[in-house]
Amino acid sequence: MVAHLLRLKIALLRNSLRRSTMQLVGLAIGALYGLGILGTALVGLAVLGTQGPEVVGMVLVLAGSALFLGWLIIPVVASGLDMTLDPARFSTYSIPMRQLLAGLALSGFIGIPGAITLLASMGTAAAWWQHPGAAAVALFCGAVAALTCVVASRAITAASASLASSRKFKDLSGVVLLVPLVLLGPITTSLTAGVQGVRDYLPDLANTLSWTPLGAVWAVPAAVAAGQWAAAGGKLAIALAALAVLTWIWKACLAKALVTPPHAGNLRRSAGNLGFFRLFPASPAGAVAARSLTYWFRDPRYSAGLIIAPLLPLVFVFASSQAAGGGSTGVVLGLGGALAAFLVVWSISSDISYDNTAFALHLGAGVPGAADRAGRAAAAGILALALGILYALAGAVISGSWALLPATLGLTIGAVGSGLGLASVFSARFTMNAPLPGDSPLKSKPGNNFSAMVVQFSGFAGVGVLVVPELVLTTIALAGNRPALGWISLATGAVLGAVFLAAGLRIGARLYDRRAPELLLAVSADR
Amino acid sequence: MTDFSAHASTVPAALQQPAALAIRGLAKAFGSKAAVNGINLDVPAGSFYGLVGPNGAGKTTSLSMATGLLRPDAGQVWVHGVDVWAHQLEAKRLMGLLPDGVRLFDRLSGEQLVTYAGLLRGMDRDTVAHRVHDLLAALDLAKDAGTLVVDYSAGMTKKIALAAALIHAPRLLVLDEPFESVDPVSAANIRDILHDYVASGGTVIVSSHVMDLVQRMCDHVAVIAAGAVLAAGTVDQVRGDLSLEDRFVELVGGRNQTAGLQWLRTS
Repeated sequence: MVAHLLRLKIALLRNSLRRSTMQLVGLAIGALYGLGILGTALVGLAVLGTQGPEVVGMVLVLAGSALFLGWLIIPVVASGLDMTLDPARFSTYSIPMRQLLAGLALSGFIGIPGAITLLASMGTAAAWWQHPGAAAVALFCGAVAALTCVVASRAITAASASLASSRKFKDLSGVVLLVPLVLLGPITTSLTAGVQGVRDYLPDLANTLSWTPLGAVWAVPAAVAAGQWAAAGGKLAIALAALAVLTWIWKACLAKALVTPPHAGNLRRSAGNLGFFRLFPASPAGAVAARSLTYWFRDPRYSAGLIIAPLLPLVFVFASSQAAGGGSTGVVLGLGGALAAFLVVWSISSDISYDNTAFALHLGAGVPGAADRAGRAAAAGILALALGILYALAGAVISGSWALLPATLGLTIGAVGSGLGLASVFSARFTMNAPLPGDSPLKSKPGNNFSAMVVQFSGFAGVGVLVVPELVLTTIALAGNRPALGWISLATGAVLGAVFLAAGLRIGARLYDRRAPELLLAVSADR
Repeated sequence: MTDFSAHASTVPAALQQPAALAIRGLAKAFGSKAAVNGINLDVPAGSFYGLVGPNGAGKTTSLSMATGLLRPDAGQVWVHGVDVWAHQLEAKRLMGLLPDGVRLFDRLSGEQLVTYAGLLRGMDRDTVAHRVHDLLAALDLAKDAGTLVVDYSAGMTKKIALAAALIHAPRLLVLDEPFESVDPVSAANIRDILHDYVASGGTVIVSSHVMDLVQRMCDHVAVIAAGAVLAAGTVDQVRGDLSLEDRFVELVGGRNQTAGLQWLRTS
């Protein structure tokens, strides 16, 4: 039975690769990346082995604890990241619990993260090349550690499954948990600064961790190397107990999940709230705009972008204040706002992929291409302009230099107009494997992103070319403090933005009118 | 066999006295697999037309091509004399669609979704509001009008999609599996609505694999299997002396004549 489950997982992986060569390319790139990490880790471990056993032990405990934390946190952040072997799908087969657990746990190692974790954990033996006894123990402990990682992540997924199956939670968690990811740079920088301050404290931290379930298993070889047999036995007992408890939690949650179908209770709400549909003109284009705007706030795949984009300027401000002090904060905020606005408008380049087959409504109703393009562009444009102008104003207030506001605004307006124009063409021409409606914004199927990345990259490059005039003018105006050039940048941005927007909408509309059935067919393949 | 070969002439009879839907030589292949193999079909105006066939017979593919959702490899389609693929927007104005197996814009509330469908058709706000209210009441969705469609049950989702197909009062309704997972009471309500619609001169095409339903509900029927029309005409013509289900099995074949699962006995 265990072998069956493993074979099933391999078959699923193989079949998903058979569907498209691009997935194969993506998986190969992922595997190369993973192998790169693995190689670096193994070399690093071997080099580490030249140090004394205390240092080796400390580093391994700290790194290993971090690895555990990663396995615990990531499945929650990316709920449904890899549910190819979703336990719920086995609920109709009477598979003995013990074998189901074993099969699911072992199948966790089939796949890049699991395999790399297993190899790297057992690879910690390399750090003990000066102590053969400890190395042998490290091999065993590495395997236990990797198994614990997988079981822990499964346990936490199963424990949060009933919570995670409610739509509201899924929508919220997917979006909210992105925030720390975006702010990862500043957070790590602050943490590193903090850690450097308390470097002396690290050995104590490692020592404490080595007696907790997080670090115990990694500390056993060090204890063996130092000849502290009692400590080694105690830590191994802690590690095995942790594994047992996690398995028990997993088993309990799984047993409950198998007999409790996902529940969806809902309040009934009667008519009367048309939302944005009341605010936009009663025309096809107005309706598309109202629908798109509703989606920007209600669909996590869109609202994730709406949350991330405004955070980016703040990241830049943080980075620039680290590099150059606080003087440039205002300027950076304004320019970051232009980039954020661009990111918002660019996300409509995959609008039809996000619609998936719901797009059939547009096609069946015979929506003219011009109305479809204009409506989608209007919704994103409203949000992006509001965001960009807000940051430009904030930048001007902070830097106290209103004279340079037109320069920032010029770039913002130019980026929004050109971005919308090109995105309108792209979304009528290309479809990509976007997350399906209802999926987490983070979800991506293994290795499907390669062709999408090429399209996205050429789009970025294209917009970059289109905004060169504004970019040059704004840069000179800001760097040389020449407000007159700022006004020219504003005029250029307004004119070029409007021209590219109009051209993009027209070309996009013509492509749409010609290719709409093909677009529907392309997104139907991916559902 | 019924008289479907008689009207498979090259010039559609549809063009003299326009049929609600006329299909000539429609074909589609996915890769090397032919899904629809040159079908011909005439759906008279004012008829309640059933389309039956086993799973994978090409019903959905045919209907998608007939309604402008999927570009055919060959063949032509006319809706009330309008060439669907030459004059797409004009033809789509005449049709209301309930496609099977496609998603809806399900982050809208039911009320918003039907309103959206109306506005996309270019209708004015007051007419849309008025009809949305009537449709939601008729389909027993008024109490859930403000709930997001993503939180609807499967049957409610079908009903809201039907409302979206009806909002612009089309002359031809094309419904792919409209009764799937709809409860019996709602199904009866929907049948009443459709019968009234046909009585007032509209045309309905439904695909289904529930033979009893088609025999009771429809006046015309076409049997499709393996991408071809096996029989078409009035229900009585097609079924002869048999029930539609028996006739269907006779036409399509595939019933297992072996002794069955001998081991599947409890005693």
